[in-house]
Amino acid sequence: MKRRSFVQYAGLGTGALMMPSLLLGNNIPAEALLEPGMDVVLKKKMADVALNTAKSLGATYADARIGRYLNQYVFTREDKVQNVVNTESFGIGIRVIANGTWGFASTNAVTEDGIKKATEQAVAIAKANSKIQKEPVVLAPVEAYGEVSWKTPIRKDFKEVPISDKVDLLLSANAAAIENGANFVNSALFMVNEQKYFASTDGSYIDQDVHRIWPTFNVTAIDRAAGKFRTRQAMSAPMGMGYEYMDGLESEKLNGPMGIKLYRNSYDIVEDATMAAKQAKDKLTAKSVEAGKYDLVLEPNHLGLTIHESVGHPLELDRVLGYEANYAGTSFATLDKWESKNFKYGSDAVSIVADKTQVGSLGAVGYDDEGVKTKKWDLIRNGVLVNYEAIRDQVHVIGQNESHGCCYAQSWEDVQFQRMPNVSLEPGKEKYSLQDMIKDVEKGIYILGRGSYSIDQQRYNFQFGGTMFYEIKNGEVVGMLEDVAYQSNTQEFWNSCVKICDKDDYRLFGSFFDGKGQPSQVSAVSHGSSTARFNGINVINTGRTI
Amino acid sequence: MAIYTEEEARKILEKALSFSKADACEINLGGTNSGNIRYARNTVSTAGHQSSQSLVVQSSFGKKVGTATIDEFDDASLEKVVRRAEELANLSPENPEFMPPLSPQVYDESITYVEATANTTPEFRAEVASKSIVPAAAKDVTAAGFLNDGARFSAMINSNGLFAYNKSTNMDFTVTMRTNDGTGSGWVTRDYNDITKFDAAEASKVAIDKAVMSREAKAIEPGKYTVILEPAAASDLLGNMFRSFNARSADEGRSFMSAKDGGNKLGQKIVDERVNIWSDPLHPDVPTSTWNGEGMPLKKTKWIENGVVKNLAYDRYWAEQKGVDPVPFPSNGIMEGGDESLEDMIAGTKKGILVTRFWYIRSVDPQTLLYTGLTRDGTFYIENGKIKHPIKNFRFNESPIIMLNNLESLGKQVRVDGNLIPYMKIRDFTFTSLSDAV
Repeated sequence: MKRRSFVQYAGLGTGALMMPSLLLGNNIPAEALLEPGMDVVLKKKMADVALNTAKSLGATYADARIGRYLNQYVFTREDKVQNVVNTESFGIGIRVIANGTWGFASTNAVTEDGIKKATEQAVAIAKANSKIQKEPVVLAPVEAYGEVSWKTPIRKDFKEVPISDKVDLLLSANAAAIENGANFVNSALFMVNEQKYFASTDGSYIDQDVHRIWPTFNVTAIDRAAGKFRTRQAMSAPMGMGYEYMDGLESEKLNGPMGIKLYRNSYDIVEDATMAAKQAKDKLTAKSVEAGKYDLVLEPNHLGLTIHESVGHPLELDRVLGYEANYAGTSFATLDKWESKNFKYGSDAVSIVADKTQVGSLGAVGYDDEGVKTKKWDLIRNGVLVNYEAIRDQVHVIGQNESHGCCYAQSWEDVQFQRMPNVSLEPGKEKYSLQDMIKDVEKGIYILGRGSYSIDQQRYNFQFGGTMFYEIKNGEVVGMLEDVAYQSNTQEFWNSCVKICDKDDYRLFGSFFDGKGQPSQVSAVSHGSSTARFNGINVINTGRTI
Repeated sequence: MAIYTEEEARKILEKALSFSKADACEINLGGTNSGNIRYARNTVSTAGHQSSQSLVVQSSFGKKVGTATIDEFDDASLEKVVRRAEELANLSPENPEFMPPLSPQVYDESITYVEATANTTPEFRAEVASKSIVPAAAKDVTAAGFLNDGARFSAMINSNGLFAYNKSTNMDFTVTMRTNDGTGSGWVTRDYNDITKFDAAEASKVAIDKAVMSREAKAIEPGKYTVILEPAAASDLLGNMFRSFNARSADEGRSFMSAKDGGNKLGQKIVDERVNIWSDPLHPDVPTSTWNGEGMPLKKTKWIENGVVKNLAYDRYWAEQKGVDPVPFPSNGIMEGGDESLEDMIAGTKKGILVTRFWYIRSVDPQTLLYTGLTRDGTFYIENGKIKHPIKNFRFNESPIIMLNNLESLGKQVRVDGNLIPYMKIRDFTFTSLSDAV
């Protein structure tokens, strides 16, 4: 009914699966994914056309991004292949500063003539808007890197794996779910390769080859007599890895209570689908939670989303400054709180870092989309707010002269802007396992996986659900719970964090299609953490009778 | 890029179809021209123009289907894309749910295109921004807004003799006004097919007034309250409810619309008997195309009549499985309103809350259609028929089904996001916690 919401893959669950159709590009055969793109020498020549044209028209700065975006998506349900999508999108985006104002234009005509025209349009837009511009652009300096390149360190390129192997793997997972009692199962594999070339008048020519993968499914169990259904999503994470993520290595598995298996840098989709079917059935008869205060033990594939919403977004400097006021909102983490140098965002146990270099993460690149070498920096240190997420035209606002390197555009045809880097909770320094965490909880809930999530426009009040909930009583996990959601306030929540497991429990959560901006663009971002405990959190019962 | 006329589109499509050697072939052609301006902190932040066109060929041999896309329409390109779709079809596994192309259909003539909207200029967009920014600055308020306008066409042909064409225009505008002391926020949304109906100054004033009125909000206890929902607030919840109007997921037992003993809730009364909701592509205030992407004609369709489920959407495959006629998903939603003005509704409320909009609505339990979300940009306490004071935002946990069972009264309809939704007064709406967000 809501026109803008139509593009959704039915049956796969959460809003994170909303996928703008524009990302799809042109359909191509799978073998064509393997064709080499434009040669790097030619890319440099074409980028120089844009940079030289911009300068000749009076631009004081210009950058050009030549992008070839390759996607392969496979969708199945039960024993059927619903769709296999292979797409390619190729073009150039040109951004300029003229009269102190940004201008942007893009074209899929990657020829001297096409690029000149688009550059003229970008400069014309900049000049037209400069008449009503009140805040001229101030760019932080960046090093001229010369001709450099970077690649996601992958072991298996998804483009070289036959589609039949991928289809067979998904159908095996579906069969395992059905054999173990699921009524329905939808599964999907999303694979992305961004081949990006960046050049700017600051003297950098950067060639990058970025890979991402996301296997996921949704299993449904139904009790027709009771008129009840329950679902269980995959416990995978989208990763900045190649197809090797699907290897299901035993060495990357962790054991949870009640026979639960958890996955680090390698995913066993058949095993997870088997467990999912059993757990979806268990959910049909699980005890409904009694509302009240609980100590929550939050597993990384759940906690990642809470980090994303309550730390990642409020520390985006453009939100803090009001640029996103009409869409995603602003932020409670205002500049005065940061300037005070003693704003307690969380307890002493909480240190949260931004990192665009973390191996295996969705946000890892060598250079961001405005040619800044990526790095790692502190956002929250020992509970105190110490920095934001900012790019070249923002850092002057917080008295810094070096971009954080977190600028991104979803494709060549969209303008780049500040996006969330990977934002992760540092593991605890003392040796501390999941079992250690649970054993001294009197009344608690162990929550795994992503579920319903909602937070206000300044990121104070939030409510989160999860995929699975287990009751903890006197240091033991005693059984499954249902109808659980917790409500808290960001600052109260992070100040109630009392313990964090050590690095052996550390895993990544990811969001493959995070939306921001108008017109909206998606980006992919990871959030790492070890299992952590939050004491005395308000839990509500979401069960209703209609 | 030009918006192709029906004849231009037909020529390209017929040419492309002439290259087909498959058992069946269906070709869609579409294009769009759109422009936007975005402003924040009382100044323009970005502006842009996008145009695109594409032709999609779906070829099939038996139940093996392949799809290919191209954005160039010379003869060689058209032949290339048809061959590629056929190659892909030959390589594909069989899709047991594949439905052959439709036979020719009869469509109503749509009323979706307005030349004035298609002719919107960058200067007009800058003027819209100015009509927000200047009055905002004068009231110590900061504007952040977005205007997007455009024209599009779509056409299709298939090997069974079907041809369809539509062109349309649309504009969407939203602006958030925040008082410079950070204690007040207001918002407004407007959307039209005809941009000459849009008054940027009037819309901006609504948001500025709300921002100023909502300053220094007081906290009241969460709980069950009578609410007056502005159409923008109700629209998002109703939109979410309509996602479950799908016969297949209902029949499969995994939807609110599943009946307890199997089957679905068609014919069951699920909400108050004053609730009537239908879709109508020819409604002059919210017109849409008269056919959907697979060429199914879109007609006026009742979804809820006197509180009873009258229709669920059946795609062609599921309709065939169930031996019924396909029912396409609605392209708009129209809910019957009443005569009461907003002022009347407030005057008739002893104790209640006026809600401008809801934000960050997410499903909590698909079984009961329970949703959570928060109020935003103008929430006011009503006492003895008058707005008493602004209140802090609330989080709600509520189901649109429960909400429409607790209906008190209906007010006049307003267009929101392509739908026509009335003001609604609802009793016992469940707010579960307070938010400090402004």
